[in-house]
Amino acid sequence: MAVGQSIPRVDAFAKVTGEAKYTGDLVPRGAYTAKIVRAPVASGWVRGFDLSEAQAVPGVVRIFTCFDVPDIQFPTAGHPWSTEKAHQDICDRKLLNTRIRVWGDEIAVVVARDRVSAARAARLVHAEIKAFPPLSTPAEAMAPGATPLHSEHPDNVLSHSQFHLGDGTFDEAAATPGAVVVSGHYSVPAVQHCHMEPVHSAAYMEGQKITVITSTQIPHIVRRVCGQALGIPWSRVRVIKPYIGGGFGNKQDVLVEPLAAWLTTQLGGHAVEIELSREEVTGCTRTRHAFDWDVQAAASPDGTLLARTYRAWSNQGGYASHGHAIAANAANIFKQCYRDRMSLDSESYTVYTNRPTAGAMRGYGIPQGCFITEALTDDLAYALGMDPLEFRLKNCVQAGYVDPHNGITMHSYGLAQALEKGRQAIGWDEKRRRYQNQTGPRRRGVGMALFTYKSNVYPISLETASCRMALHEDGRVTVQMGATEIGQGADTAFTQIAAESIGLPVDAIDIQTVQDTDVSPFDTGAYASRQTYVSGMACKMTGESLRGKILDYAAGMLERSAEGLTITDGQIVDETGQTVLTVADVGMESCYSLTNSRHLTAEETYHCEQNTFATGACFAEIEVDLALGQIHVLRLVNVHDSGRLINPKLAEAQVHGGMSMGLGYALSEELLFDDACKPLNANLLDYKIPTAMDTPKLEALFVEVDDPTGPYGNKALGEPPAIPVAPAIRNALLHATGVSVHSLPLTPQKLIEHFRAAGLLGGEGHV
Amino acid sequence: MYDIGRLYRAKDVDDALRALAEDPESMLISGGTDVLIRVREGKAAGASLVSIHELPELTGVRMEADGSIVIGACTSFARITADPIIQEFVPYLGEAVDQVGGPQTREAGTIGGNLCNGATSADSAPMLLALNAELTLQSAAGKRVVPVTDFHTGPGRTVRNRDEILTEIRIFPADFQGFGGQYIKYGKRAAMEIATLGCAALVKPAADRRTVASLRLAYGVAAPTPIRCAEAEALACGEALTDTLLDEIARTAAVHASPRSSWRASREFRLQLITELAGRAIRSAWTRAGGVF
Repeated sequence: MAVGQSIPRVDAFAKVTGEAKYTGDLVPRGAYTAKIVRAPVASGWVRGFDLSEAQAVPGVVRIFTCFDVPDIQFPTAGHPWSTEKAHQDICDRKLLNTRIRVWGDEIAVVVARDRVSAARAARLVHAEIKAFPPLSTPAEAMAPGATPLHSEHPDNVLSHSQFHLGDGTFDEAAATPGAVVVSGHYSVPAVQHCHMEPVHSAAYMEGQKITVITSTQIPHIVRRVCGQALGIPWSRVRVIKPYIGGGFGNKQDVLVEPLAAWLTTQLGGHAVEIELSREEVTGCTRTRHAFDWDVQAAASPDGTLLARTYRAWSNQGGYASHGHAIAANAANIFKQCYRDRMSLDSESYTVYTNRPTAGAMRGYGIPQGCFITEALTDDLAYALGMDPLEFRLKNCVQAGYVDPHNGITMHSYGLAQALEKGRQAIGWDEKRRRYQNQTGPRRRGVGMALFTYKSNVYPISLETASCRMALHEDGRVTVQMGATEIGQGADTAFTQIAAESIGLPVDAIDIQTVQDTDVSPFDTGAYASRQTYVSGMACKMTGESLRGKILDYAAGMLERSAEGLTITDGQIVDETGQTVLTVADVGMESCYSLTNSRHLTAEETYHCEQNTFATGACFAEIEVDLALGQIHVLRLVNVHDSGRLINPKLAEAQVHGGMSMGLGYALSEELLFDDACKPLNANLLDYKIPTAMDTPKLEALFVEVDDPTGPYGNKALGEPPAIPVAPAIRNALLHATGVSVHSLPLTPQKLIEHFRAAGLLGGEGHV
Repeated sequence: MYDIGRLYRAKDVDDALRALAEDPESMLISGGTDVLIRVREGKAAGASLVSIHELPELTGVRMEADGSIVIGACTSFARITADPIIQEFVPYLGEAVDQVGGPQTREAGTIGGNLCNGATSADSAPMLLALNAELTLQSAAGKRVVPVTDFHTGPGRTVRNRDEILTEIRIFPADFQGFGGQYIKYGKRAAMEIATLGCAALVKPAADRRTVASLRLAYGVAAPTPIRCAEAEALACGEALTDTLLDEIARTAAVHASPRSSWRASREFRLQLITELAGRAIRSAWTRAGGVF
């Protein structure tokens, strides 16, 4: 069995030795460098430029401004294209923009022979700008008289959705005898992906073909958007995606690729690269959406959840990017995790503001949705005086759940098992008791949060994936996927699936890691935790197809029927268990037979019309230093119900990475802005991702329940680990101190303010 | 790629002083962990740099015949922490500079650069203030000695002139013999951090080990420059180190500090840290000095 084994990553050696090629390794020699000139305000109009000083800088090749680019608006979200106009992404930006909508908006670009010249000239581009007061929040942007960012949306509301479930109303539920009601305003900030490799693209032309080498999760979508942005047939663009140093959703957006592609067309096809600085990546690409909520919940005295209301405002920033899909997703987890016996009212707004554009980021609205769902759940359990885990077991989603709106079904259910496993691992019952009535300056608590997460984007969007395989003379098989390795280990999982489905040892599989849209099979890319579930199925189907062809050919060689023949570990075995041929024998003969040469290849598309829910939970144990406002995380345990694991060790690593991201979201990460919407901490000193020294031992546990819809029983795992960590820590703080904090991150300054208000600190700040 | 207009690598201190005099736009660079950031940000783009990086005469730690410890200004943080003299006589100074940034920054960054950068958040500054260190500044005109307590004049500003080189940092035996010390750096995370607040305590018990012979308390980021807290220190002299006294010291330190609100932290939050860290640092220093509560 190749599936289920913890084989080493297939790219481990190349990455550790530096042999692996990234975009920066593949930029053609002599390429020009392009430096984007960024708006020094967050809202306004560019009236004109004085380029005289900049053009005089030695080394400058050309300078292009927002007045030079094609008058074409295009979308950037890494969504599958829809051939129906109503479902197409919003086209609201040009290559360079005259209307400034975010601080650092792209208003001009300097092309130079080297980076120093480009940076010098960029500083000398003088723009005449008419500035408007910037709009920071949905509330400001929705206020009467607020300046519209986009003429298509005069009220700045990008989208609005609502639904009601249940036969009653919230007020009826709240009025039932003894009902316990909680309500409040909650919020989470914008955070950034902080992928290691910055945003980097290079483009050049050969004849009419524009080649773009880029660090992306979605090469086929990048090709489409470049075609749209330049107004040219899509196949004139060829996108090459080499190894990438992380994306986490930021590279599930089309970023600088269209600009690079257009620049090379303006430079006679000369190669040009754009590499963003860390500051540009952090402040001027995409963020996770900030949210504000007003919510209410009501339960009967025995802890039965009766009703909730949910009103959300998602801060989109200046451009649509992934838009309302994020807010819709956040509202979905609020709905899906719990059973409101009487009523659920849900309403969501996505609103344009002059903050940086928010887009996709690991979890796609679900980390935000999980925070509000699970903070509210704990606050309600606290008001009921009930153990929050018992409350969850009484009210959480059950096996066989079907989403009433999109029909997504929980085809396998490991949530109850996961909760029990986490409960045991953290010592829940004993610690909830032990930490109940603490006094003194250091207090401990345990908290938890659960989640659900779907395994792809069906039926909201198209799900399609394809794979191609070829058998070689020595019996080895080359695998080409349209799906992308972005550090998560996809190539390794596909290698195992290919080996398993054909019947070869894993070391007989050569997976091609580079996607080249001119030759690679089609796939929409790495997002939505979809690739093992969807693309893995394409890989399995292709492997089974190739296996059938190998066996047919072998049968011909053996002058017998293929029925009863199987392939095990590269051997072709008959009914009696006897090895009758090897796959290498078939590979050689099929290439060089003088009578029947037939190159054995297979290619399959998986048109996926299936989806299922992964679930899981995080359990956290913390110690709070009251006088310094510090949370020390003592233990952090994630338990995942992600179906059958293709590679348990890789799964564990995936969970570790996600937990680290969740830890930062909980304690320290937030993008800060001044009143002009200028980012204050768009760098890795002031934007606080956790270091190794801030990270406790990360414990990853699994319950492996086979899912009937996924390849080999697998379902989503890529994004889920990041989801439940922040609310679990927040709820542990509630347990430790009785203080309910309604926002992230749980910074010491914020906690000191809360502790002081709660009377936990004496007059002088002493405990 | 850094936008450096000119880089001159000086052969020795005199050569560096000559180069600084020749080009009135030039500036010194040692480890580069602050200067190169300004170059990269464009604030010092095209700079003319005179490098004193790793000049042997400015590097290393030695003890003089009178027991004074002399630290060359270009000694890296990592080297100071690992130095046997530092470890034996002023280990708390080695610990303080071991809080700077991460391993790479501590290998490159120097204690002299840390002071001359003039930041109130410099991790070496509070402990050097507590130690009453003396700084030697050399220029073409000669040498002058400045107490570190008089060195800082404002945010990013010191008494050092552009054409002066800080050559050495001197600590006298009377300022460390019998003392225990503790520097606490408070940041938003445990490494790769700039201090939200830094607190250095040096304390010497009297012969009875119960009363305080001398207390020194210094802070970074409690004011626009690193500061000593004379009023708080005076309270401890000759007294037993009780909880009540520690509270009073902490309160007094907070009264005399003048932290600012910035987006990095509010004044109120910094005052809370000033109050809380004083007690923690003094307690730890006291225990290390062999004091008894």
